[in-house]
Amino acid sequence: MDAHCSAFAPPAARLDHLDWLEAEAIHILREVAGQCSNPVLLFSGGKDSVCLLRLAEKAFRPGMFPFPLLHVDTGHNYAEVTAFRDTRATELGERLIVRSVEDSIARGTVVLRTPGDSRNKHQSVTLLEAIAEFAFDACIGGARRDEEKARAKERIFSFRDEYGQWDPKNQRPELWSLYNARIHPGENIRVFPISNWTELDVWEYVAREGLELPSIYFAHKRPVVRRNGNLVPVTALTPPRSGESVEEILVRFRTVGDITCTAPVASVADTLEKIVAETALSTISERGATRLDDQTSESSMERRKKEGYF
Amino acid sequence: MSVREPFPEVRFKDNGLLRFLTCGSVDDGKSTLIGRLLHDSKSILADTLTAIKRTSQKRGLEAADLSLLTDGLQAEREQGITIDVAYRYFSTGTRKYIIADAPGHEQYTRNMVTAASTANLAVILVDARKGVLTQTRRHSYIAHLIGIPHLVVAVNKMDLVGYSQEVFDMIHSTYLEFAAGLGIRDVRFIPLSALSGDMVVARGNKLDWYDGPTLMELLESVPAARSEASGAFRFPVQYVSRPRTEAQRDFRGYMGRVESGDIRVGDTVQVLPCGLTTRIKDIRLLDHSLPVAESERSVTLLLEDEIDISRGDMIVSLAATPTVTKLIEAVVCWLADAPLETGRKLVLRHATRETKALVAAIEYRLDINALKRTSGGRLAMNDIGSVTLKLAQPLCVDRYRDNRATGAFILLDEATNNTVCAGMIV
Repeated sequence: MDAHCSAFAPPAARLDHLDWLEAEAIHILREVAGQCSNPVLLFSGGKDSVCLLRLAEKAFRPGMFPFPLLHVDTGHNYAEVTAFRDTRATELGERLIVRSVEDSIARGTVVLRTPGDSRNKHQSVTLLEAIAEFAFDACIGGARRDEEKARAKERIFSFRDEYGQWDPKNQRPELWSLYNARIHPGENIRVFPISNWTELDVWEYVAREGLELPSIYFAHKRPVVRRNGNLVPVTALTPPRSGESVEEILVRFRTVGDITCTAPVASVADTLEKIVAETALSTISERGATRLDDQTSESSMERRKKEGYF
Repeated sequence: MSVREPFPEVRFKDNGLLRFLTCGSVDDGKSTLIGRLLHDSKSILADTLTAIKRTSQKRGLEAADLSLLTDGLQAEREQGITIDVAYRYFSTGTRKYIIADAPGHEQYTRNMVTAASTANLAVILVDARKGVLTQTRRHSYIAHLIGIPHLVVAVNKMDLVGYSQEVFDMIHSTYLEFAAGLGIRDVRFIPLSALSGDMVVARGNKLDWYDGPTLMELLESVPAARSEASGAFRFPVQYVSRPRTEAQRDFRGYMGRVESGDIRVGDTVQVLPCGLTTRIKDIRLLDHSLPVAESERSVTLLLEDEIDISRGDMIVSLAATPTVTKLIEAVVCWLADAPLETGRKLVLRHATRETKALVAAIEYRLDINALKRTSGGRLAMNDIGSVTLKLAQPLCVDRYRDNRATGAFILLDEATNNTVCAGMIV
């Protein structure tokens, strides 16, 4: 028998992986603009949505974005992140809408079990209320398929019924790059332009493009306690429990969200280059290390998504 | 635009991105193979591995069951089945990979067509004990139909046949025989054991008679994305930018992705369907002017002449133009519960254009197990067949085999808004 098989002899790739991911995301954003009549881009000030804004600039400048920005504020955000969110929106000259979980609580549509309850899952209610208020037909978000099991099967254009629900067993087939954003009134499409990006891709892109991020993404000293293998930041909302000792150590956040459910990791990486290097070597996945709420059960993200969570 | 820097020449280059598909029958070890690729390329993170070990122990297993890595939804874990295509990611430092993992049960055709539509390579798993099955033929046929340029037949579970070269050679020749009948050209064979890891990332020491590359070596050497494509220039216009601000009064940019071919400033192009010709004045990516835009790059084109162009139009190479037509013949895969019958009206989406389409005829239905054609009739879910469509508006099309981007379309049901059909123009 002849030689079994040989390796291919390819020409060098003409687009590197970031170029390719960028081009795909720009294409997706322009499809939203072309197919949807009233889209919105969810911007929290977090690294993924910072990438989305850069991609939107590449997709639509020198014109304005064909959509406003929306932040669903839990009221439990780090002040640095909220300030960054406002500054960035102003720099871009784009319209920022903020809707807050506090208002949903006041309206009675969100009921907390305890005042210190994580407000992360309650964002769904406020988001659905904002969608109804503005009649948005599409919401662009920075979720990635590598974040969590339940996301690995989600479409790039993901259909939600009039209750905001995701039905994982009945998704629209998504072929080639022919996206289907058609909906009936009251329904909604969630669009994830960076579905195919990993945490490392995001950091590499932030570094390559020289994008600014809130300071808490970089190593800084912060009082924390150790709880169930996580570092829990000590804040007014998250005081130490009895018997816990507070340490002040160098940490950075890999993901920023509701204070009550976002944990930092120990790190000395205070530049983008160091963060990229650390991410490439990391042995702990982003959500495993840093999201206190996803660990409650194997299917907690899936359940929240079915209820309308992003 | 005031800032007009040249595009930086020296940039970090890696070997791009490869999208591939894994397909196989039930129990042929596909999940284990993916788990092995992720594990041995050090792409599984510590907490994920801990969770898998915990679950494996709960189920009474001694070693970590790598197939649990591809476990997705709650219903799938409860029923022990895979429902839908899942996407997995890993990186080797020189290349980023996207795996489309298509499940192997009844709705296979629909899922596999979906997964295959974006793949540049397919890994077809064959159980060494069972050899080439009807399923194998079916997977290979679909992979070929969807135009995946590279096929790799992974003969798995070599550990269960004593790593026998004879078994491998037998499968090799049986497969080649039927592949030749389908017109499949580029196909490679690798003996491996996903369970023990031989020839996946590491060579192991049980398959010394095999002198070809490991699966990972093969993946590393495949041409990335569409970098080998030498097709004619195609630029479906997605969005027209006319800011009409003080600073940008005359700016008129045509935004889209170069679906094939390259385009340079100064090139003569034709705008379809109007047929007018003009030249490329500038290629923009944010603050940069590019001398050339390669295929798959999303850019904004500025043209020398003012032409009325809107979303759905296509800017193409003057040397090789697509066909502008209101009648297309296509091989389709029907994806919806209710069957497709002649006379049905649907919405067709091709590149960036949407038009109404009438199913004028169903020429044949293909029995993909027997690979036989039955003429006429209707197409049920998962059926593949050939249809003729009459269109309300002209489309600028290429044959799918010449150009995946401008030869593909989907059909949408106007009542439900669902995507009900995948089509490839012949």
